Amino acid sequence: MEKEVYTLCFMCSVRCPIKVQVKDGQVKWIEGNPVVPGMEGSLCPRGAAGISLLYDNERLQSPLIRVGERGSGHFRKASWDEALDMVGEKLKGVIDKYGGHSVVLGERTQLATHVSKTFLKAIKSPNHFTHDALCKGSVNTACRSLFGLTDAQMSMDYKNTKHIVMYGRNLFEAIAVKEVNNLMTALEHGAKMTYIDPRVTKTATKSHRYWMIRPGTDLALNYALIHVILREQLYDSAFVDRWVIGLSELQEFIGPYTPEWAEKETGIPAHEIEQLVREIAQEAPHIIFHFGYRGANHANEIYMRRSIMILNALMGSIEAKGGFFIKKGPGEEGGKPARKLTEQKFEKIGVPRFDKVGTPDFPLPDPAHGVGQILPYAILNKDPYPIKALIAFRFDPIMSIPDTNLTKKALDELDLIVAIDINYSDIAWYADVILPESTYLERTDCVQQANGLKPQMFLRQQVVTPRYDTREGAMILKQISERIGTGSFFPFEDMEDLVKWQLEGTGFAREDFNAKGFVAYGKKQIFWDRKDGIKFKTPSGKIEFKSSLLEDAGFQSFPEYEAMPSPPEGQFRLTTGRNALHTHCSTQNNPYLNEISPENVLWINKEKAAELDINNGDMVEVYSKRGSGTIKAMATNLIHPEAVFMLHGFGHEAKKASRSYNKGVNDSELMENTSDLIGGSPALHDTFVNVKPA
Amino acid sequence: MSKYYLIQDTKKCIGCHACEIQCKSNKSLPVGPRLCQIIEVGPQLIDNVPRASYIFMPCFHCQNPWCVAACPTGAMTRREKDGIVFVDHNLCVGCKTCVSACPWGAPQWDPELGKVVKCDYCMDRIDAGLQPACVTACTTHCLKFDKAEHIPQLKRDRYARAMAPLK
Repeated sequence: MEKEVYTLCFMCSVRCPIKVQVKDGQVKWIEGNPVVPGMEGSLCPRGAAGISLLYDNERLQSPLIRVGERGSGHFRKASWDEALDMVGEKLKGVIDKYGGHSVVLGERTQLATHVSKTFLKAIKSPNHFTHDALCKGSVNTACRSLFGLTDAQMSMDYKNTKHIVMYGRNLFEAIAVKEVNNLMTALEHGAKMTYIDPRVTKTATKSHRYWMIRPGTDLALNYALIHVILREQLYDSAFVDRWVIGLSELQEFIGPYTPEWAEKETGIPAHEIEQLVREIAQEAPHIIFHFGYRGANHANEIYMRRSIMILNALMGSIEAKGGFFIKKGPGEEGGKPARKLTEQKFEKIGVPRFDKVGTPDFPLPDPAHGVGQILPYAILNKDPYPIKALIAFRFDPIMSIPDTNLTKKALDELDLIVAIDINYSDIAWYADVILPESTYLERTDCVQQANGLKPQMFLRQQVVTPRYDTREGAMILKQISERIGTGSFFPFEDMEDLVKWQLEGTGFAREDFNAKGFVAYGKKQIFWDRKDGIKFKTPSGKIEFKSSLLEDAGFQSFPEYEAMPSPPEGQFRLTTGRNALHTHCSTQNNPYLNEISPENVLWINKEKAAELDINNGDMVEVYSKRGSGTIKAMATNLIHPEAVFMLHGFGHEAKKASRSYNKGVNDSELMENTSDLIGGSPALHDTFVNVKPA
Repeated sequence: MSKYYLIQDTKKCIGCHACEIQCKSNKSLPVGPRLCQIIEVGPQLIDNVPRASYIFMPCFHCQNPWCVAACPTGAMTRREKDGIVFVDHNLCVGCKTCVSACPWGAPQWDPELGKVVKCDYCMDRIDAGLQPACVTACTTHCLKFDKAEHIPQLKRDRYARAMAPLK
């Protein structure tokens, strides 16, 4: 028996559309959905390793209950009923004693996030957070401060761009297939690419211009770019006059930030900064200053991300072909989005969030995502109240929240840790109960509302039945709810049932997804009229350089630039990033991905390494105030002397993930848990480390 | 040579290794053998701009394959109709002579099977009217496969367009 199923990948959070071939109940082949532009069969290495995940006998195979110390890895197998009963009973105990708000659920944003939110709303907990803040909370806040829209409500028309500028957005290594192919097409048609990063990535090797910037000084560079644009009046005056508030304030502010000033801060020659501006101005508005994917480096992150989007606004590259566009929803085509369980009526919750987002203490981050890295402090300080239970839903606080030792100390204060996961993640290893989730190839998921130039809906459909005793995450949460008296908020029997409920009123039926895996609300790409039709969601309806969001909360729109400190003598600024073979901390044990990328190494500038008597390939000890690790050094001239770099996601502690166990170093163990307290991102590149021969 | 040509557009290759993983997935290979492999050369700073090459190394399916000549059992075979060089696992005894003989390192060792495995251009897929696994799913479509006479002249086209005096 052979069949083909159109569904969605989930080897990373991008969710590329895929086609899967099945023979006799076994997955034989996965490729990008051939009918989706930009995919056309393509798939990245992680997507290609989906079969390797499905048939990996080291992934979680049944519910497990901890029998040894936390973190000892001693578990016993349990039935679903026993494990769910136990979770239900312990949760009830916690809720009765400390209130529903003592329960926190953290997850990677996913298709069933509305189910997770419903789970918490039903027990009157405001404490849902997603991984997003840890990745790009400040990008989100920066975009809202300017456009009234989140970063996720905007996107880029890569295919038609004439010049793209990227600040460490390592687009050809941190891969989203469609983005890669669309940008590749633009480059083939003559587009220029400027890449700025203290480290030479693969993206740098494809660029026309590369600047090895002094780490952390991108904001200074941008101020100089803005300075030149305004000084030489190279901005799109029609667009700016129509849509921008605060140009004169910007003009006044930007005076001192000359290219010569920026050269001293960034190391980039002033004349090259001027040259970039002139090149860009020639191609505007079909240009992109990329606002980043991960945007979580420094305490001033929100202002750095704002400066990027101010550059785009000055060039008029908003709602422009080859620039940024605002994603269009079904409403633009007179359609309706899929329903969400969160549209039900819930009792009002009278307490603030654990991270205090939305209160005067932390007013601006997006409460739809929260700020996950605050969790250890909330638990340890019982501030604003005791937190007693954590459900970690395919989110690993141990590896994803900076300062692993602090996070573990906080986890030790909890009465209950439940991990819903596919692999032996480090949080699963540390949990009290592990509830194994079926892989994306084994489950039907909630409908994906894919807004964009053409609003569409995609569906992840079950390809094969679960190979092990695993369940869908949404069903697991429903089944816990049934045990704590909130089951009535989950009025569905199974995932197919839930999907049908979601589609009610949309005009589409479940069967409509069978042919190609998606449905489209309309046929045409929608660009709004640049003169009168752009729907910004700021109070003014304009792009607010002078931001009411910031100023009403007591923050400045244009704070004076503070110099980025160089590391003290003998120390380095720790930087982190991704390669094409791994997704965060979740794929290092995949047999095929591990084969090609088994451990991380420490990039260190060759001359600095020589001073420390470190040769390429030597084992070195890297340590900070927070932790230490032993790792292989890669001495190279491809990184700025102030920085060292390691890939994120290595140094796993879960022994039963045997291929990734103890390979390389966990960057979070070295990092300090500090944040951009306006935007919400952690400051992942604000830790200095020492390096010495091991 | 075989009737076919597998060409890599190095300008579009981003060195992501998806080709290797698709190849292994398609053939259900264990960790170890890599029938095709991206070899990274560089990066180096050339006039202050970093440049690297990501070179795709499959089997070249030679006209007079040394691996076939070296194979003592006749397991290594050149397919008559199109020149694809492949291993017949019924005949391979795992002696590895072909591994030594090949100047390009194409034959690989499969530790689970105890035999040699190598790129056969996914001849089962070709016979079914498909393309090799690496080509079909390459992230950037930088791999092209066809009968040699049909391969598009990418470099010539690109060079001509870069030189065209339109501006």
